[in-house]
Amino acid sequence: MSERTYVDIEAELTDQPINFDEDICLAENVVYIKPQTLIDVPMHYCPGCGHSTAHKILMEVVDEMGIQEEIIGVAPVGCSVFAYHYMNVDMQEAAHGRACAVATGIKRIMPEKYVFTYQGDGDLAAIGTAETVHAANRGENILVVFINNGIYGMTSGQMAPTTLPGMVTTTSPYGRDVKTQGYPLYISNLLANLPGVAYVSRHSVHTPNNVRKAKKSIAKALEYQKQGLGFCMVEIVTNCPSNWKMTPKQSNQFVEEKMIPFYPLGDIKVPEGK
Amino acid sequence: MAKVMGEIIIDIERCKGCELCFDACPKEAIQLSDTINSKGYQFAIKVNDLCNGCASCALVCPDAVITVYRKVDKTKRPVKVIEIED
Repeated sequence: MSERTYVDIEAELTDQPINFDEDICLAENVVYIKPQTLIDVPMHYCPGCGHSTAHKILMEVVDEMGIQEEIIGVAPVGCSVFAYHYMNVDMQEAAHGRACAVATGIKRIMPEKYVFTYQGDGDLAAIGTAETVHAANRGENILVVFINNGIYGMTSGQMAPTTLPGMVTTTSPYGRDVKTQGYPLYISNLLANLPGVAYVSRHSVHTPNNVRKAKKSIAKALEYQKQGLGFCMVEIVTNCPSNWKMTPKQSNQFVEEKMIPFYPLGDIKVPEGK
Repeated sequence: MAKVMGEIIIDIERCKGCELCFDACPKEAIQLSDTINSKGYQFAIKVNDLCNGCASCALVCPDAVITVYRKVDKTKRPVKVIEIED
């Protein structure tokens, strides 16, 4: 890191003095600051990617609950394969799709720790369907953060099980035809039917309000894990601007107009009496 | 009434110019810069003083580059006393 601060750099670049109000910029007036648990490195995600927002809210919850030393994460394969570079908690990399199986092992050895997996839709809903469904059916006491953007992001936008009908991807250039390629997989609704599953909820991170709701939901799921209620899953419907071939703004509009009507937000299953 | 004053500081070297904070800001206080940072992205800058520290921009910012401050001025205004005659 250079000794110049970003304030200096901005002043040099814009050729004008930066007038920060020094009365306001005090430590006691902070409303929002980057979570301490998020490592201070630039993320490799594309501009506007929902993965970064999901990382951020997950680490905010860890910060607020003060469980940095007590939480173990399992990273998937996909765009978020480097999740362990950004989250300053104990992390374990799993084979493609097997994050729930790895998390099962960790949780069984260390039942006092919080365990979460962070998986995309290619990882959780395609190659790892068996592991996910069986971990849920066994009622493993873990949290699964499921990022659903309806596409394989890392490998340049192939069709995923969660791709919307009619959506154009590199492997469905005429749009997904449900007659030959099947219907999108409602993985959250599928898992909600299993008796071992305690909490399933679907959120998005495209507006400030939805970010707040998603964060609350993750905090709730970790609380249920502490009580030992069973398998918890928070699905986050998000965007993939690069592979949807859109600007971040347009992709958020697509989430609002197409994804959310198809994947309605809200709690799908809550523990009894909660 | 208490006056709310807000301030944001944007880490422009980390900003990727995704423009998501523009729509989130209710006061339209953030715009894209004319210059670029060392990675070649145009970055977000604060353009007016209407910020009230609602932190909407920081919540949607994927890279958490925005730090938000809010100060509430609680000094009371002089109260005008009105005498009511019977």
